[in-house]
Amino acid sequence: MTAYLDHAATTPVLPEVIDVVAATMRDVGNASSLHAAGRSARRIVEEARESIADDLGARPSEVVFTSGGTESDNMAIKGSLWRQTAKDPRRRRLLISAVEHHAVLDPVEHLVTTGQADVTWLMPEADGVITPSALTAALAEDPDAAAVVSVMWANNEIGTIQPIAALAAAAHEAGVPLHTDAVQTLGQVPLDLTATDADMVTLTGHKVGGPLGVGVLVVGRDQDLVALTHGGGQERQLRSGTLDVPGIAGLAVAVRYAVAHQEAEARRLAVLRDRLIDGAHALDSSITVSGFWERGDTTRRLAGNAHLRVPGCDGDSLLYLLDAVGVQCSTGSACQAGVPQPSHVLLAMGLSESDARGALRLTLGHTSTEDDVQAFLHALPAAVERARRARHATDRAS
Amino acid sequence: MRVVAAMSGGVDSAVAASRMLEAGHEVVGVHLALSQSAATLRESARGCCTIEDAGDARRVADRLGIPFYVWDMAERFAKDVVADFIAEYEAGRTPNPCLKCNEKIKFAALLDKALALGFDAVATGHYAQIVEVPDAGAPLGMRRELHRAVDMAKDQSYVLGVLDEDQLARSFFPLGDTTKPEIRAEAAERGFSIAKKPDSHDICFIPDGDTRAWLTKRLGAQPGPIVDTDGEVLGQHQGAYAYTVGQRKGLGLTVPAADGEPRYVTSTQVKSNTVVVGTHELLGVDHITGDHARWCGPAPEGVIEIGAQIRAHGQEYPATAWAEGEQVQVRLAERIRGVAPGQSVVLYDGTRVVGSATIVSAGR
Repeated sequence: MTAYLDHAATTPVLPEVIDVVAATMRDVGNASSLHAAGRSARRIVEEARESIADDLGARPSEVVFTSGGTESDNMAIKGSLWRQTAKDPRRRRLLISAVEHHAVLDPVEHLVTTGQADVTWLMPEADGVITPSALTAALAEDPDAAAVVSVMWANNEIGTIQPIAALAAAAHEAGVPLHTDAVQTLGQVPLDLTATDADMVTLTGHKVGGPLGVGVLVVGRDQDLVALTHGGGQERQLRSGTLDVPGIAGLAVAVRYAVAHQEAEARRLAVLRDRLIDGAHALDSSITVSGFWERGDTTRRLAGNAHLRVPGCDGDSLLYLLDAVGVQCSTGSACQAGVPQPSHVLLAMGLSESDARGALRLTLGHTSTEDDVQAFLHALPAAVERARRARHATDRAS
Repeated sequence: MRVVAAMSGGVDSAVAASRMLEAGHEVVGVHLALSQSAATLRESARGCCTIEDAGDARRVADRLGIPFYVWDMAERFAKDVVADFIAEYEAGRTPNPCLKCNEKIKFAALLDKALALGFDAVATGHYAQIVEVPDAGAPLGMRRELHRAVDMAKDQSYVLGVLDEDQLARSFFPLGDTTKPEIRAEAAERGFSIAKKPDSHDICFIPDGDTRAWLTKRLGAQPGPIVDTDGEVLGQHQGAYAYTVGQRKGLGLTVPAADGEPRYVTSTQVKSNTVVVGTHELLGVDHITGDHARWCGPAPEGVIEIGAQIRAHGQEYPATAWAEGEQVQVRLAERIRGVAPGQSVVLYDGTRVVGSATIVSAGR
C-alpha cells in the first residue's frame, strides 16, 4: 500500500479535468485564428477566463494565462520592477518576504546581482508570519524607492497563512503594489480577490487537480507590467505565445472544483492534519510542528499542511525510509540536483541549521484519507529510530 | 542482501548496479553529491559529480527499475578529502585523494549511513575482486580477500588498499572479473545511454587536470629558489608545495646542467620553500618507510615477500616488508625512482592486496 502525502508538490489530476483536456485536444484551432476553428478555440479560452475570474472575484481581463507559478512570479516581479524603474529610476527597491518560494527568491536575487534592483527582506516572526507593521516599517525607510512588495499567501513548506489583505493595505498606504504567490492557497483558503485587493496573484493548475504546465497571473487592471516574452501579443501583450487551449479549459474546471469544495475540504483536511500531528506527537513527544498550529484552525495554517521536525534525524534519511515502505512525503526544502538544502524558511524563522535538518513536510489533498495518515503513523517509529541511528553513525565518523 | 549501489553516472557503476540486481539483491541506487558547487553542468569528459552525472545515474536507475537517491556528502568530502589534499601538498607531500575518498567517504561515511539505514553492503564499479577463502577461524568459516581485477589495464585495487576486513565484508566489486571493453559492451547491450561516456580520470575536484594551478589558487604564489644539490640557485618557483619528487617538466630552468643531463626534483623543502633538483641517478631509492598502515586482512607477522606498488597504475616491484606498529618498512629488491612522500605504497602477495601505507620517507 502506498500513501501519497506530497500534495503540495503536485496533486492528482481530477478525472473531470482529464475529460475536458482530452476532449478539447481533439478539436483543431489556434485561439488567435480568425476562422471558425479559431473562434471556437478562442471561445473556450474566454469562457475559461470568465469562469476563473468569477470564481476568484476578479474581472476576466485581469486573468492572464501562463505556464504556471514560476512564470507568473517572474512576470509579476520583473514586469512591475521594470515598468516602475522606467517611469522613475529611483523606484528600484523590492520588498520581499524571506520565506518565499525559489520562484520569487531567485528572480529577485538575479535582479539584485545584475544591478537592476535593491532588496529589503521582510523577516517573519517565529511563527512564520510577516506582520503588516514590519512591512510598513520597511516601506517607511525609503518611501520613494519602493517598487513592489511580494509576500506569499501561504507558505509552501510550513503552511503559514499570511495576512494578505492587511499587507496589501499597508503596501497601498505607501502607494506600492503587492504581489502574492497563492499557489498553495487555492482550494484551502477562500480567495476573494475583490476583498483582498492584492494587485497581482500567482496561481497554478497542478496544485488543485488541474493540468501541469498551466497557471495564471491575476493582474489588476491598473497594473502596467513590462512583458517578459514578446511575439503575437496574446494575453494583454503580457504573454505572447499560442494559447494552451486544452490546458486552460482544464484549469478552469479545476479552479471551479477547488473553490466550490474549499470550505468542506478545508474542514475535512484539517481533521486529518490534526490527527497526523497529534499522532506523531503521541509516538514521539520530541517531534515539533513548525509554524502556527491550532487544532481545527483553517485560517492561519493551511488545512492540508503538517510540517514536522524530528530531533536527531536527517530529513533525507526519513524520506528514504518512509519511501521504502510506500509513504511518500518531502523534506519541504528546495533541492539542488536532488540534494535537500537547509530550509531557508526555517532558517528565516530563527532555527539553527541543525534544528532545520530533521524536517518532514506532509501535505494532504483531495484524495487523502484517514488511511494515508495511519500509514504514515504506522511507518514513523521505525523510520525515526533508523534515521537517528544513521545520523549517529555519520556524526560519529566525522 | 539489501545493497546500496554507489552510482557516479558512469558506465562502470551502472553495470555494477545491474549485476547486483541480477544476482538477486535488493538494490537501491545512491549518487553521492560531493561537489560543493554541484550546480555546474560541466561537459563530463573527466571527473564526476556534475548535475549531468547525477542525471545519468538517475536514468540508469530508472531503466533498472530501482529506487534512486542523491546523498549529500559534500561537506565530508570537502573536509576529509579536499582539505586533506591541500594540507598534504602544503606540507610538501603528494597525496592520492582517491584512496582518501575510499577510506573516508565511500567505505566509511556512505557505508556507515547505509548500514544504519538497514542496508547490508555497498557495491561500487571499482575494478577489483573480492575472493572468499575458507578460514576455520573466521566467523562464517570464510575470509574475504581483496585481489587485483582480471583487467590489469583497469585494475583499481591500489586505491582500495585502505580497506580493512570489516569494510571488505560489507563491499561488492562486481566488475573485477571482466575487462573494460566487455563492460562497455554490456552497458550498450543493456541499453544504457551512457555506454559510450568517456572514462573519468585524474582528480575529480580538479576538472581541468591542472593540479598546480588549482593549488596556487588556494595556497597563493610563494616564490622561492630552485637549487641544485650543491645549493646553487638555478631558478625560481612559485611555491615548493606544487612540486613532486621525480618531476621533470615545468621547472622552467633556463641554465642547462653542466653534464647536459635533464634535471628532476629530488626533494621539496616546504619550511625553507626550496625545490632541490638533481640528476636522474639521485632519484633512486630502495627503502621506503610508510605510516598510517592499513591491512586488508590480518596484519602480517615478521618479514614478508611482497610486491610494492607506489602509484595508481604503476608497476609492481619485488620487495620485502615488515610492520612496526603503525609503520611499515619496505625494502625494495632494486632501486626505483620517483618515490614521493605522501604517496601510498600498496603491498601485494600475488594478486592479493595485503595492505597499504602512506610514504613518509624514502632513501637508500
